[in-house]
Amino acid sequence: MTEIITSFLLIGGAGFMLLAAIGLLRMPDLFSRMQAATKTSTLGAGSMFLGVAVFYGDLGIVSRSLLVIAFLFLTLPVSAHMIARAAYFVGVPLWEGTVVDELHGAYNPITHELDSKSFKTEEDQKKIVHSLPAESEER
Amino acid sequence: MLGDFELLTLTSNLVLGMLILTMMLSFIRLVRGPSLPDRVVALDLIGSTVAGIIAVYAVANRQPIFVDVAIVMALVIFLGTIAFARFVEKRITR
Repeated sequence: MTEIITSFLLIGGAGFMLLAAIGLLRMPDLFSRMQAATKTSTLGAGSMFLGVAVFYGDLGIVSRSLLVIAFLFLTLPVSAHMIARAAYFVGVPLWEGTVVDELHGAYNPITHELDSKSFKTEEDQKKIVHSLPAESEER
Repeated sequence: MLGDFELLTLTSNLVLGMLILTMMLSFIRLVRGPSLPDRVVALDLIGSTVAGIIAVYAVANRQPIFVDVAIVMALVIFLGTIAFARFVEKRITR
């Protein structure tokens, strides 16, 4: 019975990881790729370590597996958020089918802090962007 | 009728194959990715896949000590991605 539950959890986790890779390959722009990769890989790795915990059933191994699960659930969304934030500031292009960009004009482009009052209009944005140093080839 | 040991062997081989396919697909994105954050996300997914492979190996070979290796692997993935995010953000506005 333990082996059946373990096999189910392992296969389910690996299926979620495979879905994450397919989403990473097929999605149209960086931010949707990141959604597909991060959420599903968090769930997949958590499910696989839950399978390890069920298989051994020992107190030490179960606590260590739960530690790995807690650590993954804490750190993977944080790191994805930091990469998305950095990519948005660097100017990675959005998908051409994007409907709304709520963050446009809400950040100071130089200090990267929330400042929705000073940079609301297009002219302010352009002024700031032109005062930036020349960008490199690959963003 | 499969015994318990044969069931776990079959499962481990299947899951290892799926995880290797995952690594290959994310490696394609790592090579092709148009921007640097794309490559960082692909590298993050490859690291999570390595943690999953360690978990399957710990089950398949009855060696629970590999769960400790997975803890270290999760730490290294997190620190690497955070360092890359800082690097991407500071590179333009330095």
